[in-house]
Amino acid sequence: MRYALFLGCQIPARVKQYEKSVRAVCEHVDIQLQDNRQFNCCGYPMRNSNPKAFLLSAVKNLALSEKMGLDMLVLCKCCYGSLKKAEYIMKDGGEWQDEVLMLLKREGLAYEGKTHIHHFLSVLYHKVDRQTLKEKIIRPYKGLKIATHYGCHALRPSQVTGFDNPIAPSLFDELVSMTGAVSIDWPKKLECCGAPAMGVNNDLSKALMVSKLVDGKSAGAHYICTACPYCQIQFDDVQHAMGDRLDENGMIPAVLYPQLLGLAMGLNETTLGIDMNQIDISGIRSYISEE
Amino acid sequence: MVFRVLLFTALFIFILGLIYRIYTWFSWKINLPAAKFTFTNRISAFVRGFAGVLFNIKVLTLLKVFLLDVILQRKVLKESFYRWLMHIFIYLGFILLLLMHALGAIVTNNIVDEYYSTLNPFFFLRDLFGLIVVVGVGMAVYRRSLQKIPRLKSNAMDRYAIMILAIIMLSGFFLEGVKITSHSDFTRMVEDYADTDDEEEIRMLESLWVKEFGLVSPNVSGPFEDDILEQGREIHELSCLGCHAPARHAFIGYGTAKVISPFALWLDQIRTANLLYFLHILACFVGLAYLPFSKMIHVLATPLSLLANAVMDKKHSHPANMATRQILELDACTHCGSCTLYCSAMMAYEAVGNELILPSEKMRFLKSMSAGKELDKAAFQAIQEGVYLCTNCDRCTVVCPSGINLKDLWLSVRENLIQKGIPEPLILSPFSLVRGLSQEDSPKDDYLDPLETARNALAGAFRELADPAKDIDFPLSKEHITKDQIVDPTFSYCFGCQNCTTVCPVVGQYEDPQSALGLLPHQIMWCMGLGLDEMASGANMLWDCVTCYQCQEHCPQQVKVTDILYDLKYKATVGMEKRVGLSMNRRKER
Repeated sequence: MRYALFLGCQIPARVKQYEKSVRAVCEHVDIQLQDNRQFNCCGYPMRNSNPKAFLLSAVKNLALSEKMGLDMLVLCKCCYGSLKKAEYIMKDGGEWQDEVLMLLKREGLAYEGKTHIHHFLSVLYHKVDRQTLKEKIIRPYKGLKIATHYGCHALRPSQVTGFDNPIAPSLFDELVSMTGAVSIDWPKKLECCGAPAMGVNNDLSKALMVSKLVDGKSAGAHYICTACPYCQIQFDDVQHAMGDRLDENGMIPAVLYPQLLGLAMGLNETTLGIDMNQIDISGIRSYISEE
Repeated sequence: MVFRVLLFTALFIFILGLIYRIYTWFSWKINLPAAKFTFTNRISAFVRGFAGVLFNIKVLTLLKVFLLDVILQRKVLKESFYRWLMHIFIYLGFILLLLMHALGAIVTNNIVDEYYSTLNPFFFLRDLFGLIVVVGVGMAVYRRSLQKIPRLKSNAMDRYAIMILAIIMLSGFFLEGVKITSHSDFTRMVEDYADTDDEEEIRMLESLWVKEFGLVSPNVSGPFEDDILEQGREIHELSCLGCHAPARHAFIGYGTAKVISPFALWLDQIRTANLLYFLHILACFVGLAYLPFSKMIHVLATPLSLLANAVMDKKHSHPANMATRQILELDACTHCGSCTLYCSAMMAYEAVGNELILPSEKMRFLKSMSAGKELDKAAFQAIQEGVYLCTNCDRCTVVCPSGINLKDLWLSVRENLIQKGIPEPLILSPFSLVRGLSQEDSPKDDYLDPLETARNALAGAFRELADPAKDIDFPLSKEHITKDQIVDPTFSYCFGCQNCTTVCPVVGQYEDPQSALGLLPHQIMWCMGLGLDEMASGANMLWDCVTCYQCQEHCPQQVKVTDILYDLKYKATVGMEKRVGLSMNRRKER
């Protein structure tokens, strides 16, 4: 299995442990990742102000991936949603689409819709043999309660993203359960982490996050599990910075899914970047069963 | 005499220029904290910081960086072998020429016992070093003009740098070629150094020089008889050999001599050698005098920037030193274009057409801005948009061969600009993530001001339009749904169930959502249905929307609620820009 790895902008700058842990896990389950330095912004932050810049930016990545002859493996849910949206728009022909294709042609690129866009979780779920994956989990967790955080832009609009059932998704929960951890039910599971409002309306952004923390805590979660840099920044960096303004009981550390999975596979903690999270997650070790 | 006057004039200008540049490093301001520090503050902070590094283990870091990044140019090599070779050729060749040839009397003379530029190895090496520089310059011309790298911009300064080097090198080679052929030079040398003044003997010597040394003579011409050459050689060995290696060892000059030999007599007659000599030294002196004002200042600023960045960081370094470093960095930029090549926002430039989105172009602009150039409104908006339309992916900083901390520079400049009160719509987008995160780290009093400015500007006449006491004009017509190119028309399917508002997490966060958000999602759909586009696009709801798509997913009528909110944000942006004046979405239309 070989994919074009789409890192996006936030991961290399702010959530390096996500990249590290994904590379470690992928190598372990025999997924080859190919980098392309020409990949650029997925277009997500440009959608507000300039739809053409959004589309052009997004489709250029798709065209590059197509040129590599590979499908894309995307780590960020917002990148995923943005690229899927662009793919969706490009399915219809039109003046707008033609202009994008014309501009890409000037870069020596073409896009015919051949490349498929996958999120890291979908690849693990759909493309990796379930039995192999289970066999690799040699140190399953015991008694660990995880609140899965799906991430909005992967789930919705479902017509465009096709990630999972938007009302009752199970993909992420099943992946978490596979590690031996318990994926708990929590009412706000499918809600927004607040990251899109960070910088625009910080109070709102933090309130959205805190309401999820409170919800997760009352459902008994030990950790929140994410698979998106924006969500991770929110639940790790922002929660950490809020620190003492949060009720001591309100804190739930966030672990990235590849970190959670990697530990259960017995991978090295340093390669998983366990110590790179803002909030200490080393306590997760105590849930690992040692047989 | 002329030489000395020119040299000292050039040196004088160079030194004054250099002092001025160093003064600017400590006095110009590009970031907000810099405003607090005076020139003396910054000098003393520098001295303290520098001493702190010098008497510290960090000095080893400096040595390492000096060797690997300054001398061996590791960062350039990491970017591209071609560019590394190109730059090594230019800079190594030029430094060797400078030391051995230009400063021969001072440097080479003190290293070796006897230095004659016409003796090997110097005679040969001068041409070799020159050739190396010329190849490097050729590679630079090729990269900038023929390689057609997308978005690699070349400006007058880049052309000047290449030109001045090319003139120095080519005039040097040409001068050497002309001198090899020059009969008047030959005669002068014979008068000064030959052990004979016998005309017949000189004729023999001249014959040998025509045959073997590239001389073009009006008196003798080949083919020569062997014994004449033999006798000539005897005189040559006696008088010339001690100080003059065979001309062909200066292989470029010799080749040039062969090419110009048909016109050599005429060139000699009009004293071309003098002219070329004058051109050669003039170009060198212009290059020297103009260096502090041209991008060639990078030969000093870039090593300093690389060293400074190796021992400085945002958290521990004194803010006064950060201010100084950021001005130094503007001079350290060689406009090589690496940053632009990998800029994540590069396609926005293609869509928007604002050059200042590209980091390499921003640098050039910021330099003139920090020099105190007054910006008109259009220029201000262009640079504000340019620094804000950045995803903070930090790739520019990672790839910069000059080691410039571009990410910090953008953030400093960004904050500086948006605090000036000109609304920037991009501030209400995910481009603000890093600004929001930094608020968490270090709260500032004026943090909210630019956000408010943008919200107010984007709201337009919303407050009046939404005033319950005011009558509403319905501009409703059949066409208005289809006429609007910007907004998705599915709002017309809305039958008013208010599901969108019920599931909206943002609405759920407010005690009184109506007053905080202006309009709730379903009200925005209704507004659109009634043709009240202006009211819809003025609602605060648009900017607080977290685009979680709950509304759209839950709409029983498949109204694309979130997409419509996106469209309305764009509409509001265009509308605001029309009200305020020229900016991104209008520039595109021109």
